[in-house]
Amino acid sequence: MKKKSVLAITVMLLTASLAACGGSSSASEDESSDVITITNVSYDPTREFYEAYNELFVEYYKEETGVDVEVVQSHGGSGSQARSVIEGSDADVVTLALAHDITLIEEEGLIDEGWIDEFDGNSSPYTSTITFLVRAGNEKDIQDWDDLIKEGVDVITPDPKSSGGACWNFLAAWYYADLTYDGDVDEIKAFVSALYNNVLVMDSGARGATTTFVENGQGDVLIAWENEALLALEEYPGEFEMITPSISIKAEPSVAIVDENVEENGTHEIAEAYLAYLYSDEAQRLAGENFYRPGNEEILSTFSDTFDLSVELCTIDDFGGWDQAYEDYFQDGAIFDEIYAY
Amino acid sequence: MKSTHTKRKQRSVIPGRGLTMGVTITMLSLLILIPLASILTYSFRLSFSEFIELITRQNVVRAFRTSISCALIAALINSVFGLILAWVLVRYDFPGERLMDAMIELPFALPTAVAGITLSKMYSDKGLIGQFFAKYDISISYTKIGLTIALVFIGIPFVVRALQPVIEKLPPSLEESSAMLGASRSYTFRRVILPELTPALLTGFGLALARGIGEYGSVIYISGNSEKNGTQVVSYVIMQKLNSGSADYEGAAAIALVLLIISFLLLFFINMVQLAAGRRAS
Amino acid sequence: MKNQKKSIVPTLLIGISVVFFVVMLVLPLVIVLYRSLKDGLALYVKAITAPNTLSALRVTLIAASIAVLVNTFFGLCAAWLITKFEFRGRQVLSTLIDIPFSISPVIAGLAFIMTFGRMGWATPFIDWINSTFGTDIALVFSVPGVVLATIFVTFPFISRELIPVMQAQGNAEEEAAAMMGAKGFTIFRKVTFPHIRWTLLYGIILCAARAIGEFGAVYAVSKTRGQTFTLTLEVDALYMAGGADSITQAFAVSSLLVIIAVAILLIKQVVEYRAKRTEEA
Repeated sequence: MKKKSVLAITVMLLTASLAACGGSSSASEDESSDVITITNVSYDPTREFYEAYNELFVEYYKEETGVDVEVVQSHGGSGSQARSVIEGSDADVVTLALAHDITLIEEEGLIDEGWIDEFDGNSSPYTSTITFLVRAGNEKDIQDWDDLIKEGVDVITPDPKSSGGACWNFLAAWYYADLTYDGDVDEIKAFVSALYNNVLVMDSGARGATTTFVENGQGDVLIAWENEALLALEEYPGEFEMITPSISIKAEPSVAIVDENVEENGTHEIAEAYLAYLYSDEAQRLAGENFYRPGNEEILSTFSDTFDLSVELCTIDDFGGWDQAYEDYFQDGAIFDEIYAY
Repeated sequence: MKSTHTKRKQRSVIPGRGLTMGVTITMLSLLILIPLASILTYSFRLSFSEFIELITRQNVVRAFRTSISCALIAALINSVFGLILAWVLVRYDFPGERLMDAMIELPFALPTAVAGITLSKMYSDKGLIGQFFAKYDISISYTKIGLTIALVFIGIPFVVRALQPVIEKLPPSLEESSAMLGASRSYTFRRVILPELTPALLTGFGLALARGIGEYGSVIYISGNSEKNGTQVVSYVIMQKLNSGSADYEGAAAIALVLLIISFLLLFFINMVQLAAGRRAS
Repeated sequence: MKNQKKSIVPTLLIGISVVFFVVMLVLPLVIVLYRSLKDGLALYVKAITAPNTLSALRVTLIAASIAVLVNTFFGLCAAWLITKFEFRGRQVLSTLIDIPFSISPVIAGLAFIMTFGRMGWATPFIDWINSTFGTDIALVFSVPGVVLATIFVTFPFISRELIPVMQAQGNAEEEAAAMMGAKGFTIFRKVTFPHIRWTLLYGIILCAARAIGEFGAVYAVSKTRGQTFTLTLEVDALYMAGGADSITQAFAVSSLLVIIAVAILLIKQVVEYRAKRTEEA
């Protein structure tokens, strides 16, 4: 009877509202149609770095090609950012915390196989490592990994089952125990288990953990990315100290072009230039200034005041690559579940 | 729609049945049911045994236990304080009453993330309230206590707002006559007032409970999310399934489905209570 | 209470209420405001006038106003249907409408992603519309996605306020009007509306408040700061940005939300007050 008019009204209402906001969101693109926009989906701690790098790149690209580029940034936990690309957010490039998150996107067919060899250094233009952040004075005298399992030491580190960055922390501790106990798996497990038993708050992500430690004053030591720790030293002068353990892991945040999206957007060239320029001297220096270790050895050595270059670093290859490491340690029922049983 | 038309014997004289039925069902389907159905289809990608295996996994069961028990405790606390608040707001005049009344819905309006961040800071052992408890070695933030406090915050308006209109309708003469007949205050409360308020109280309790079981934003910052200490809530486990290195959509959908069923049953129960109360009143 | 005997009970109850109210509701507010002004007014002003904040404010207002419009329309229809007619499945229908009330926002977000996301089953259909009509509709990771998610979480707010009032009102007046031959919309406008207008306004206000404060569901479908972020997402982004300044800025933007929320609730209070007065008159 009145079904048609009902449907008409409803559908009109819905489309009108969607069109209204759809129109307003695309308005910004229309204003300057000769500006090409690319989207960089990244993880939390790179915010400051990419803000500066985008400025650098836009200028460089304009000079080289005469084309105006605008780079839209998106930040969040590495895993959930990878997921947003899988779910259809229009990323042209991804710059995430670990290769495994990019592999997830690859498995969905959005990124072509072999992306890890597309750029130098396993497609990691800058690296970092895992260090400790302690409160000024270092009351509990924390110097190395074995100090973290002492009774009464409260450790803050994020949940490796929810945060990619946290996996690096786990693996670094594992590697230390591996060397200390000469590969005796039971001893290693006991060590890592003791460490995680000292964890006071397990946040869902690396940034959350930093906030818990720095802002809410929880715990004696934060296992943190070196760049996060250095940033905290700069932001809160005099309140914290950074301790570099004797052994750590070379954390390689990876970058990749999202092939399917750039093809659709016609932005392959810019996306490639965007990532390639990360390896330029200017960008490498900028990475160093933002507390990431530049991939370029020469430039890295100029930052020897900032970074402790003597620390012995293992790499993810010592664990058989990310996919293997994920399967061995972090999947449901794998080693992490075993050592963190209650 | 057609079947209901023909089955009805006496049609209401009021017009608009077809129109409103059409609009309601279309919008409900488009905006709510179709998206929710996707969760159903995703979780059906798992076989039945996989589904059972997944939702009976220790961490999932524990998360459900945590969510339900904390939400239950919070809803009980809210029932007590909600009753007192509603009673005070309706029956007594005191300075600041209007302001208090206005602010009851704040937890609805305050973004859950802001609430969570603020509460976790307030109750951490360096925080304004937390440091007081820290002296007695009680930590609140990052424990189940903190989690429950966040849920109390989230749920309080449900109880107060469910009770207020009912208390307003309750004639003060009821208590007076009961008192005149020599009943003690507590007797009057238990035997005369409480029965009148029970349906509304149950409604508020049920809504607060349902909301608390699924809560995410305000809880993640204060709960500590430790599987070991049993402070992982169901919503967190869903997010963990999604964000961990496997992007496990089926697993997330399966847990979400269980949560959805719980919500639906609770709401259905509330609606029954309300209906029964409505019948009794008329 | 009108008891002659002086009793300790009212004082005690008021005392408990005030303590609970201050600790649970007022303190968090005060902390937000205090933290936002901790580093001075200049930083506060800078935070709330930053381009990202303004863009987020715009998205929030767009989403909230569309959600209010859609849900008002829906709420009126649903309330009319449920209170004026008896039909099979009424109970189930009204429970289904209430679902977003209690649903985890995480699930709401997930539902949208699984429907309209890249792997969602509705996506080929939307792609088809886009290629046929040359449109560029995207229902996730876009402002429309934010709007849809906001509508979802606030869906039952208005119908839920209206239904009990309309139920209590009964149908006699409407029936009489219908007998006298009045048309549907006329009955609504002349008979029903005067009874429910304050309730409706109250529902609208609540709906708006909730829409402005939504986080979880919107978080799932909005990823770009400065474009599709709402105020709550901006707060989260600032808080997660890690610097000492940005945390203060996060609280500054929060305070903006708090001010909006309190303002809305105060308006609600005035509305209620006036409603009571007209009732009494």
